[in-house]
Amino acid sequence: MALELMVNGKLHAVSAEPETPLLYVLRNDLGLVGTRFGCGLGQCGACTVLLDGVPVQSCNLPLDAVAGRAITTVEALAPAQALHPLQAAFVAEQAAQCGYCTSGILVAASALLARTPEPTDLQIRQALDAHLCRCGTHVRILRAVHRAARVLRGEQDAA
Amino acid sequence: MPPNSLANQLISLTQSTPATSTHQSALPARKLPGSLEANPRLGHWLRLEPNGVVVITPGKVEIGQGILTALVQIVAEALDVSPARIRLLPASTGHSPDEGVTSGSRSIQESGLALRHVATEVRDLFLDLAAARLDVSIEQLIVDDGLIRASNGTEVSYWDLYSPELFAREASLEVVSKRPADFTVVGTSLARIDLQAKVTGQAAYVQDLQLPDMVHGRISRPPGPGACLIAIDVSSVERMPGVLAVVRLGRFLGVVAAREEQAIRAERRLAGLAQWAAGPELPSSDPRELLQWPAETEVISERGTLGAVEMSGAQQLRAEYTKPYLAHAALAPSCAVAKFSGEQLQVWTHSQGIYPLRGDLAATLGMAPSDIVVTHMEAAGCYGHNGADDVALDAALLARAVPGRAVRVQWMREDEFGWEPLSSPMVVQLAARIDEAGTIVDWDYALWSHAHSTRPGGRGGVNLLAAWHLEPPLPAAIPGNPPLPAGGSHRNAIPLYDFPNQRITNHLIRRSPVRTSSLRALGGHANVFAIECFMDELAHASGADPVAYRLRHLKDMRARAVIERVAAMANWQPHVGSDGECGRGIGFARYKNLAAYMAVVAAVRVAETVQVTHVWAAVDVGQVINPDGLKNQIEGGIVQTVSWTLKECVQFDRQGVSTRNWETYPILQFGEVPAVTVELISRPDMPPVGAGEGTQGPVSAAIGNALYHALGVRLRDLPFTRERVIAAMSS
Repeated sequence: MALELMVNGKLHAVSAEPETPLLYVLRNDLGLVGTRFGCGLGQCGACTVLLDGVPVQSCNLPLDAVAGRAITTVEALAPAQALHPLQAAFVAEQAAQCGYCTSGILVAASALLARTPEPTDLQIRQALDAHLCRCGTHVRILRAVHRAARVLRGEQDAA
Repeated sequence: MPPNSLANQLISLTQSTPATSTHQSALPARKLPGSLEANPRLGHWLRLEPNGVVVITPGKVEIGQGILTALVQIVAEALDVSPARIRLLPASTGHSPDEGVTSGSRSIQESGLALRHVATEVRDLFLDLAAARLDVSIEQLIVDDGLIRASNGTEVSYWDLYSPELFAREASLEVVSKRPADFTVVGTSLARIDLQAKVTGQAAYVQDLQLPDMVHGRISRPPGPGACLIAIDVSSVERMPGVLAVVRLGRFLGVVAAREEQAIRAERRLAGLAQWAAGPELPSSDPRELLQWPAETEVISERGTLGAVEMSGAQQLRAEYTKPYLAHAALAPSCAVAKFSGEQLQVWTHSQGIYPLRGDLAATLGMAPSDIVVTHMEAAGCYGHNGADDVALDAALLARAVPGRAVRVQWMREDEFGWEPLSSPMVVQLAARIDEAGTIVDWDYALWSHAHSTRPGGRGGVNLLAAWHLEPPLPAAIPGNPPLPAGGSHRNAIPLYDFPNQRITNHLIRRSPVRTSSLRALGGHANVFAIECFMDELAHASGADPVAYRLRHLKDMRARAVIERVAAMANWQPHVGSDGECGRGIGFARYKNLAAYMAVVAAVRVAETVQVTHVWAAVDVGQVINPDGLKNQIEGGIVQTVSWTLKECVQFDRQGVSTRNWETYPILQFGEVPAVTVELISRPDMPPVGAGEGTQGPVSAAIGNALYHALGVRLRDLPFTRERVIAAMSS
């Protein structure tokens, strides 16, 4: 059946069963593969997207729960050809190894910085606590989020 | 793992000697460095393309460790071109040299040194041609980003001089590498070449591959490794929406559907319909089960005679340490895409060994290896042998049912935890005698373990999960260990300390209730954990400071240097008591006894929870290719090992693995991650060695020793969960 989804500011008509998890439609129908499958159980955070600005896990979120609501994926954090300060900071700090958890963490961190421009270390840890990183790059991720926060506040970009 | 690891080490040593001496050392059987010996053709590694592009085709693969960035740096340095000119082709049996498996922290030695040699020789070839073309001597030429300039003002570029035939020759032995003092690219923190795509959500992994008309498969596995399929009626599944094929081959059961969620639903239906006869009950997942089984026993090191020295006032200590089954627990479940076109099979995979995988696929499918092309694509970090190879066969078996269609199979989370090869449990028993001054006189060490190496390409069978479920099943290759000195279960079992009398005994139990294979550091994790905790016990029994005690038993200057450095970094204070809550401990090893030197101090705090608050590490890997990339590997290794040490333990029910999701197999989360401080001791004139696996043993040991310092109780069984700490304190 056809459903309408608002993804990254555009309306898409998709043909899938209403109980289909949003993740599969994002990846396989809309080609937005930046949102990753990690567990399908809502336990790891790799599939995190913004739903009306709030981070949610898309692997067990049925389509009929999101129709008509604004979905934002990692691909839309910045305009095309540009990097969000978070993305730039993750590259500058090499805040990834395999990078598979990165999309979900970027999305969650963007929501954090939108409501908390000057987060403490503890606030970042809490905002990201549902996100697993198996490579162990947490320390760099914390540093990158602080760095992006500084840039967003208009301070000079420096490590 | 190739049996010539030591040979490669020695080769890399000879290759790194200063250029002037390479001509003088007329050894009879000199070899080319690393993987170049087996793949000597220059054009197999490097070629030029128009518009100033250099293409390199290493056979090693990116698994999140940043290796491709390091290889780009090595080639840029040796060839004198900008790193931005270098393009990497994904490793493929279609065009890459056979470099075996990307594992064991050997990629810099094997691929890096091969590419350094190739690029150096290619530069020399171009200089020869340029000298002739410009009518000058080679000494009058300089290279600037691939442009060769002569002192008479003329110039010519590599691309002007290039023809493919130029590289259609084998590498020669007589190549003089650039001196490390002249490096401008190697030794700098070039930004990772792959991160831009990953932070912007572009297709970066095999999971993201989308081919025309691609369809989706899922596998319905037995309830455990020994279960048999009695009966199943698949007709209702075949009628489900989108289902294109149901494949039943013995007890291999899978489904292909047009859409991914349709394949998942169909697999769930298959799982509900299948009637399985339970297999033999699994034993407990307790590592001490190892002591019950027949073992192949070998004394792998013997020095002096234990008990020969008669001493008055000597102390004897004994202890037993264990580690449990561990999972790789990659963040992404394993995935592969396969497609049959006539008699040809294409496979896209995140296997760490494309050629060994091709061999086992060919053996299973009854095909010629030359009819299969295996191409690597990245996936989530794997840290060893996980389900990557297995899912490639799953995809091929399903693709055979829908010829001409690309079939993508991704395991579900419970498949990955339930069926990936596990890291073997281990038991270590130690006994030592110390004299009145506390010096170690006798060291008696014995370990028990299953095999740590069951990758594809083994002897006597096939190492792919689904091959064992077919009718008739293919036999599994004999589980084994890489040989010493690198070793498998006995990796790092021989201590680097100088003991006058020692005996090291390896008990290998090849048959395991569930499949075991390589996880980061292999046996080096448990062996170093046991050695370094026991050293701490001996130090305390002697009334000695653990740092000083190690130095007292250690002659190796590089080993002493990392220990001294980490003690300074952590502001280590000898003989300072604990407040009953906080403690510090040290751990040390030289990985494989021939790679990175690593010394670690851990600080812990035990209150409501067991918390590692800070880890310091001092590291010596010889020549550093990319300092920030190296630090990233070490930091990540530290954090992952804190997770193993505090939390991780695979458990079984009677049929199979029962810890099948992140709630039953928890790993370290953001709120629990310690501060990490890493310092590198740079030795540009020493051979570069890998570092991805050096931290595991020292970190677990340092935490164990820190807990002893904090609490005065010795924990010897990993993981150090809250429950275990409470039990140890109350006993």
